[in-house]
Amino acid sequence: MERKVHVQTTINGEPAEFLCEPRQSLLECLRDILNLTGTKEGCNDGNCGACTVTMDGRIVTSCLVLGVEAEGAEITTIEGIARGNELHPLQKAFLEEAALQCGICTPGFIVAAKALLDQEPHPTEERIRWWLANNLCRCTGYDKIVKAVQKAAQEVTL
Amino acid sequence: MKWFDYQAPRNIGEAVEAMTLHPTARPLAGGTDLLVQMRAGRRTPDLIVDIKKIPELNQLHFEPGLGLTLGAAVPCYRIYNDSAVSRAYPSLAEVANIIGGTQIQGRASIGGNLCNAAPSADSIPLLIALGATARITGPSGERTIDVAAFCTAPGVNVLQPGEILVSIQIPPTAGGARYLRFIPRNEMDIAVAGAGVSVTLSNGNIQSAKIALASVAPTPITVDASSLSGAPVNDDTLKKAGELAAAAAKPITDMRGTADYRRHLCAVLTRRALASAIAAAKESK
Repeated sequence: MERKVHVQTTINGEPAEFLCEPRQSLLECLRDILNLTGTKEGCNDGNCGACTVTMDGRIVTSCLVLGVEAEGAEITTIEGIARGNELHPLQKAFLEEAALQCGICTPGFIVAAKALLDQEPHPTEERIRWWLANNLCRCTGYDKIVKAVQKAAQEVTL
Repeated sequence: MKWFDYQAPRNIGEAVEAMTLHPTARPLAGGTDLLVQMRAGRRTPDLIVDIKKIPELNQLHFEPGLGLTLGAAVPCYRIYNDSAVSRAYPSLAEVANIIGGTQIQGRASIGGNLCNAAPSADSIPLLIALGATARITGPSGERTIDVAAFCTAPGVNVLQPGEILVSIQIPPTAGGARYLRFIPRNEMDIAVAGAGVSVTLSNGNIQSAKIALASVAPTPITVDASSLSGAPVNDDTLKKAGELAAAAAKPITDMRGTADYRRHLCAVLTRRALASAIAAAKESK
């Protein structure tokens, strides 16, 4: 009995609903159904973190969440990070520190780093590196990314 | 991924009923192993039973004197963020913090790590060393078995059709415990070998020690450490514990390491884990 499921959820603070197959991941639902293509698909098995979104305040790899599991949840994607037309300090810092090259990993890094700064405004470099261990970048190396997060941490608290 | 249906029951009875009606059904907790396996075609359930909305499976409750009730669906982050649990079982909090990265720990559960029954499961050697039991419920009622007997082959466990893991029970600890693994990276990797050790002390000697190993047999295995009881706390005893572990290991050679290397790692990791557990036991007195 192949029936799509009606999912009601909250995405970036707005009520959202969609029809999906139970086998579709949250990542597929975001990108292919809701056209929120800022969230990227990398490995599709939970290793790379490119598809990171927050779900009820916790970062998750959306490739390892079913769309149907979003029922009643609060999801934040990269599209929900900027404050209106104003970039979030993390987004600015990533640009200023050149913390990206190809950019595929960047939405995941920013969503993950924001979740850290929201709960710990002054993380140590070691803490940042451990927190972001589930996010892989194959272009820049991690120094610029970590520096950008550190820079944003200063800005956020100004 | 092949088509499947999805249910999210609110109580154990409904979950068992769904699991019983669909013999190929799989319970879904964090999904960090299951969805990867399904995508690869290694598991093809016709029904996914999301167990995260069942209260008993979300229980995380520590009672001094009684121990810890760890619901099968409790994600790792809840363990290390719970100060009472982290104080009572620092080794468990540490294990919850080394399984995957932050994103995985937001979803993955220790119960799922147990049910997935990987030979390399990081939490299982520690659970065995801590004397944990698994509370199972199914169509013919409830039963409890030792975690040490839960895994039967790679990816296979004792659960019968219709049965689900409800919780893991960990008795109160009087001593210290530690799990150590070797991975080539600093995080986000599968253990080449792992050793979980618990120890209680009496008059400066070892009263009892438990050792279990990961990644060196088709399932996590228990090492017979009874010969360590009564042994003095010294380097010879640590060395002997390492030798017991290396002798009990039945590793294979694969891309992660050779059998000889793994046997060597068992000795080193067990020795270090025991030393660390002894230090923790002394501190807790």
